Amino acid sequence: MFADYSMGELTAIFAMQGFAGLILFSVFVLMALGLAIIFGQMGVINMAHGEFMILGAYVTYLVSNVFSDYLPFLFSIYFFVAMALAFVVTGALGMFVEWAMIRHLYKRPLDTLLATWGLSLILQQIYRSVFGAREVGVTIPEWMMGSLPLTDMIEVPINGMFVMVLAVGISIAIYVLMFRSTWGKQVRAINQNRIMAGAVGINTEWTDRLTFGIGCGVAGVAGSAFTMIGSTGPTAGQLYIVDTFLVVVFGGAGSLLGTIASAFSISQAQSILEFFLSGSMAKVLTLLTVVGILMLRPQGLFALKLRK
Amino acid sequence: MTPTKKTAFLTPKEMIGFAILAALIFVVLPLALDTFRLNLFGKYLTYAFVAVGLVLCWGAGGILSLGQGVFFGLGGYCMAMFLKLEASTPENTAIQSTPGIPDFMDWNQITALPWWWEPFHSFGLTLIAIIAVPVVFAFIIAFAMFRRRVGGVYFAIITQAIAAILTILIIGQQGFTGGVNGITDLRTLHGWDIRTDEAKNILYFVNGILLFAVLFAAHYVRKSKLGRLLIAMRDQEDRVRFSGYDVASFKIFVFCLGAAFSAIGGAMFTLQVGFMSPTLVGIVPSIEMVIFCAVGGRLSIIGAVYGTLLVNFAKTTFSESFPEVWLLGLGALFIAVVMAFPRGLAGIWADWVEPRLSSLFSRKTGDDSTAAPKTPAE
Amino acid sequence: MTKSNGNSPKSTVSRRAVLAGGAALSASLFLPKNLRAQDYPTAAVNTTGLAVTDDTVTVGILHSVTGTMAISETGSVQAEKLAIEQINAQGGVLGRKIEFIQEDGASDWPTFAEKAKKLLVNDKVASVMGCWTSASRKAVLPVFEQYNGMLYYPTFYEGLEQSPNVIYTGQEATQQIIAGIDWVTKEKGAKSFYLLGSDYIWPRTSNKIARKHIEKLGLKVVGEEYYPLGHTQFNSVINKIKLKKPDVIYAIVVGGSNVAFYKQLKAAGIDMTKEKPVLLTISVTEDEIRGIGGENIEGAYACMKYFQSLENPNNADFVAAFKEMWGDDMVIGDVTQAAYLGPWLWKAAVEKAGSFDVDKVREASPDIELPTAPEGYVKVHPNHHLWSKTRVGKAMADGQYEVVFETADLVEPDPFPEGYQ
Repeated sequence: MFADYSMGELTAIFAMQGFAGLILFSVFVLMALGLAIIFGQMGVINMAHGEFMILGAYVTYLVSNVFSDYLPFLFSIYFFVAMALAFVVTGALGMFVEWAMIRHLYKRPLDTLLATWGLSLILQQIYRSVFGAREVGVTIPEWMMGSLPLTDMIEVPINGMFVMVLAVGISIAIYVLMFRSTWGKQVRAINQNRIMAGAVGINTEWTDRLTFGIGCGVAGVAGSAFTMIGSTGPTAGQLYIVDTFLVVVFGGAGSLLGTIASAFSISQAQSILEFFLSGSMAKVLTLLTVVGILMLRPQGLFALKLRK
Repeated sequence: MTPTKKTAFLTPKEMIGFAILAALIFVVLPLALDTFRLNLFGKYLTYAFVAVGLVLCWGAGGILSLGQGVFFGLGGYCMAMFLKLEASTPENTAIQSTPGIPDFMDWNQITALPWWWEPFHSFGLTLIAIIAVPVVFAFIIAFAMFRRRVGGVYFAIITQAIAAILTILIIGQQGFTGGVNGITDLRTLHGWDIRTDEAKNILYFVNGILLFAVLFAAHYVRKSKLGRLLIAMRDQEDRVRFSGYDVASFKIFVFCLGAAFSAIGGAMFTLQVGFMSPTLVGIVPSIEMVIFCAVGGRLSIIGAVYGTLLVNFAKTTFSESFPEVWLLGLGALFIAVVMAFPRGLAGIWADWVEPRLSSLFSRKTGDDSTAAPKTPAE
Repeated sequence: MTKSNGNSPKSTVSRRAVLAGGAALSASLFLPKNLRAQDYPTAAVNTTGLAVTDDTVTVGILHSVTGTMAISETGSVQAEKLAIEQINAQGGVLGRKIEFIQEDGASDWPTFAEKAKKLLVNDKVASVMGCWTSASRKAVLPVFEQYNGMLYYPTFYEGLEQSPNVIYTGQEATQQIIAGIDWVTKEKGAKSFYLLGSDYIWPRTSNKIARKHIEKLGLKVVGEEYYPLGHTQFNSVINKIKLKKPDVIYAIVVGGSNVAFYKQLKAAGIDMTKEKPVLLTISVTEDEIRGIGGENIEGAYACMKYFQSLENPNNADFVAAFKEMWGDDMVIGDVTQAAYLGPWLWKAAVEKAGSFDVDKVREASPDIELPTAPEGYVKVHPNHHLWSKTRVGKAMADGQYEVVFETADLVEPDPFPEGYQ
């Protein structure tokens, strides 16, 4: 298929394709980080993860409307406000959900799956009643759309760059929080031994709530960012759920580094396959490979070594 | 659930439970409902096959599968392929460019029946395939995973991914599978029109009888040594392993059994509803089936049937009365069940109804033992 | 786009009490026939036990208002309700007011079958307006044939079907595709095409017809590709498109994928306002543009039979009535208009037959004309599809289409096109 093209064209295409893979990687990282915190550190299976993301998207939609109606001169930067607000709102909802529901279920991790599935149905219906069944269009500031021509041939989408920067930023922030802050130390202590953590004076209840809130908040930021590349509708959250869980499980629950590594390998595999095969088959093959590897290595890529 | 020395296959209490369910399915519903509603309940009952399988896998064995729709779908597709071939006689399909093959193949420029459709010309082979295909598939999954001691949440998520893969595959290969439309317009079974009211009634009863066969099989497993081992494994897998049992084979067996139950349900679904579609294979129905089981009480075989009926009935009535907001009610129901009644309907029965009944009963007979035998909590 | 979308969508729900306005409008629009119920005794017009009384007749509305398809089907429900209200304001059908029972298909095909059966068997509705996806139609079709119901199906679809129990008010594939490709070849000098779609039967069949037609014209298809429904990452295919440099990107992406596709296409620097490549789609109506954002799809061409911007008196009244009933920020897409035709075509057939009986309505249906249709004029073909024009619209930044081409004559529906199979 490449016979007809010059060397320059081929280089350009491969560069852009590599870039497409990196964007996909960033998208996966953003999707999965929130879940990695909640599922990996707390063992809670949050089936409403996608709905939390969509909440972030709706917050962005509302903020963009407010800015275009009242603060049109600041419209070009509304996105940053929207992301911050998305984090706060989804985080707050997450903490509420933890308080009302999840904290009663820590001993029954599989039950969190059912309860959060119920929650996802309720959230979907609320979105539908409030925002209508149709998708809403989020207007993105002009400077964030369009592309940056690097050479004559290679063009880099700006929103893709934005997603990448965001993914790196959030990964670093979470790394710092997790491994350099007291809270992170407490979360890891609880993850390793809840009873002992409580015994040495860690407020496990509060730490749990904060962890869940932060996980949901990150999902909200991801949702907010995805308004640039995806759709915002009541059921859009469901599109993400399988991919997200696979990324987290493939990386090895409990390991944030693993999540990032798995996001990288899955996204590269998918992006390369998509280039050479048709879209549907690429997806099936990627998923099959992931499932196959998981069958051989169930603990995922990076397993946290724990004594049981 | 505490194994006593040597129990009969059915204790009197269990006998009453089965009898009530039998009365409901075979007498009350057929008398109370018209053919349309009865057929609807027949459809619900096909999901109960899956829920019963889940009671064994999940309630007893602790293996939560979020991919039971895969087996339900495979069973259903096997049946649908047979019925579709019967419906696609050269006379019926004379307007096609290749008469004699299913219509969707013709739309996709396929000119000859693929080889793996051929066995479905034979009813006998179809019946074997309905059970064998899902069971073999389940065996492969279970063998790979349980041998490597994958369990709990991981198993749940991997099965969920498998459901997603199969859905994409079925939709993508529409020339062979009917794609997103599924296999539709099924008419006759050996010349017997399955669309008439009479046929629907008969199928309802066949379905009921099969359900009872499955219920008894499940009950037998629960009562057997295998059932007790399963519960032991769920609670302390390592101890069972150290006692010298091959934990993986038991898990594989029970997972395959659950798959076989689901497949029967799927085949009956196809017969009663008249088509099969990939929407029944995917993640959403698979999770819903787990919820049926949870609502019924994940430990109770009979409870699973009631749970299935209740949730589906609620779904239909909510959605008929409040088409725009019924999901709220459904979501709230799931949360309520998990939060407040973790043992589902069976738990409510055991905690609330049974003690009252027995105290009522004992007051009459003058026996003052108020401590009704309580099912131990998980 | 900011303008039309800026209003809070909350206002969409509230405006229901509109009978007065709608009545005044439709009275001027449609010639009231003033048929009186006494002239048509119930026993005579309803010999098959349908839900018809001396002053009412019941029909069903069967669409998804929950689940993934609710995004698309909401518009159809609104249009059907509008048509029913307008018909009632004119005195109903054979002097009887139309009442409707709405059921939710929940984006789930078995549920569609179940609800269709409920409507026909339990509620005995005289006809059903409903379904959107082909899968839902295929699921209910055996039910309608068995219980002899009448379905008015609004969506443009892949053809290959002709049921005595369905009136297809949308276009079958050839009506939508062939004129569009001819236009793009002639007007834009297109020589090579890249076909792209969501992975299910309608895009695949449509692309098959498109490919045959393109090859008949002696032109080239340089790529054909399908992505799973709900797919949201299109960067790889966009790169492939850049590599192949087609003159036309022929896109049949649906649902949430649509939004992702167009946003990423724009971000990747494919500017549709420029001369090449031309983007031609048959799956993006005004409804979808709301989600995509007009600024992201500006310059693309769509091939439909109806656009909201169509200039004729029927359409002006229709758009005004629709906004009056459902809110000013509503947009109307091709399918919404086709759904609006359903109740009117049914009314016309019932009045021609002088009876609600499904068999008589079916016999009366061919050659029914609707000069009041917002798209201009339609006529029912004996094959139960509609004669209608094909139009090409150019997407504008405000989320509307500018009509740039329409066929001179009505295009004959041909659900089983010879030479395209």
